Amino acid sequence: MAFIPHTEQDVAEMLAAIGVSSIEQLFDEIPQNLRVKSLAGIPTAMNEMEIGRLMTARAKADGRPLCFIGAGAYEHHIPAAVWAITTRGEFYSAYTPYQAEASQGTLQLLYEYQTMIASLTGMQVSNASLYDGASAVAEASLMAVRANRKSKSQRILVPTTVHPHYRKVAAATAGNQGLRFEEVPYAPAEGRTLVDALAKYDGQDITALVIQQPNFFGALEDVDALTDWATARNILVIAVVNPTSLALLKPPGEWGAHGADIAVGDGQPLGVPLSSGGPYFGFIGTRMDYVRQMPGRIVGRTIDLNGNEGFTLTLQAREQHIRRAKATSNICTNQGLLVTAATIYMSIMGPQGLERVATASHAKTRELVTALARINGVRPAFATPCFHEAVLLLDRPVAPVLKSLESKGIIGGFDLAEHYPELGPALLVCATETKTSEDIASYAQALGEAMKAARAA
Amino acid sequence: MSNVPADLKYTRTHEWVRNLKDGTVEIGITDHAQHSLGDLVFVEVPETGRQVGAGEPCAVVESVKAASDVYSPVAGEVTAGNPELAATPELINQDPFGAGWLMRLRPVNAAMLSELMSPTEYEALLKVEGA
Repeated sequence: MAFIPHTEQDVAEMLAAIGVSSIEQLFDEIPQNLRVKSLAGIPTAMNEMEIGRLMTARAKADGRPLCFIGAGAYEHHIPAAVWAITTRGEFYSAYTPYQAEASQGTLQLLYEYQTMIASLTGMQVSNASLYDGASAVAEASLMAVRANRKSKSQRILVPTTVHPHYRKVAAATAGNQGLRFEEVPYAPAEGRTLVDALAKYDGQDITALVIQQPNFFGALEDVDALTDWATARNILVIAVVNPTSLALLKPPGEWGAHGADIAVGDGQPLGVPLSSGGPYFGFIGTRMDYVRQMPGRIVGRTIDLNGNEGFTLTLQAREQHIRRAKATSNICTNQGLLVTAATIYMSIMGPQGLERVATASHAKTRELVTALARINGVRPAFATPCFHEAVLLLDRPVAPVLKSLESKGIIGGFDLAEHYPELGPALLVCATETKTSEDIASYAQALGEAMKAARAA
Repeated sequence: MSNVPADLKYTRTHEWVRNLKDGTVEIGITDHAQHSLGDLVFVEVPETGRQVGAGEPCAVVESVKAASDVYSPVAGEVTAGNPELAATPELINQDPFGAGWLMRLRPVNAAMLSELMSPTEYEALLKVEGA
């Protein structure tokens, strides 16, 4: 994209053109008492050279640790072509363009993305993306309230095996709009949600049930039984899925006899690098019956006056520039750049490539769990089948052990103490295709030493 | 020039009301409203049994260029939503005062119907609005 500077004279001319004397005058509408006078805690401005040095130093502090943490964000190999293509000038923008139809290439890419997500999740339609997995759960919950016209309660059942951050974001986003998120406990020995735990809701007005597969522990939920339970009671099913896992696991559209009604997740595993928590992107798909309740943008394929194929934004009457206060969401954009990367990633990998990533990641996680469980004081928490992530129980607090591993350049996993204290000292670990057997062996050795040292201390 | 049947009642928000013989009323949007919206692509009608207040949004009509709410002219209980509109929303464009009806309801107070606009008053409104 071109760099467009403006001189003081340019600014003066623009202000004169609209009959305003200063830039400050443009903000007249904001009353003085609402203005923030000083920005406490915000450091003073730096010049380009200073900021360059600061960022280099910060990046160096991160180092290149060996990472065995998953918990919602996964380190996968990203073929070099993905970002080489994504950062081409023609694609390099964070947004759907304002004159959308003038950018046929961008719209075609989004259309291909939607097709891929629909195919991966087994849903009939996908939008052009949301912000991330957590906000996608919030949007799906709001959408379920609009779509489930048989339910008036706005009660959403959320098993505690759903990512704790997703639960928190959903409650923060939709809680003030009257939705009630009610937690369903998991079976302690299995680390997954049983239909028995839902029995107490029989006969009650429930709007939707959220099911995460694999769940936050990496364990596989009995999605067919849970979906059938919900469907039989006119409760919509919101599936939260890891896109990589869908290369191996049954897609949400095929859960139970009826399929899930809405499928969401975080798209980060599809070509988006780990980067201090973001930016990532969220995806959402649903059945055509509910498409008008879906938030965000949708690209459609059509023909123009001359019969040529073209792409266009469609079903915009859901959106806030037309539907105003009654719009399905305040989301009127998408994560365009990350979606571009994901689309190119999926194109390069293909279904077979994605399946190989999923299979290799799962095999590496099994290898990791087997190696770590041999260590004195470490054992797997659950016997339930899992996908590329698992919980280990330690015989001592996790935090000091992780600290000790960190000093050896290893990020050993996610400490579950804060979100699942009932498990006792518990560590969520993950290995993807990026880890070699040597990496796993050096983690096992380091953990063994750390546990031994902790015992001696 | 919009068609304004003489045997109906009207609202400022372009709904019409037909008094049915069984004490219920039929409600739809006027010829002027369908013409302003353009080709309808989607209609959401209320469920049977729903209690609606006067002036409450109770249905949604979506065209290729806009989506808007339909307000209930009177308070009452919905006795039927037009089941044909889900598959054929264009009925509203083709026959807004007949096959394109949106819903039927049993008014809480039938006397409230006399508060609605007469055809003459509605025609005057259209003139003011430049239709």
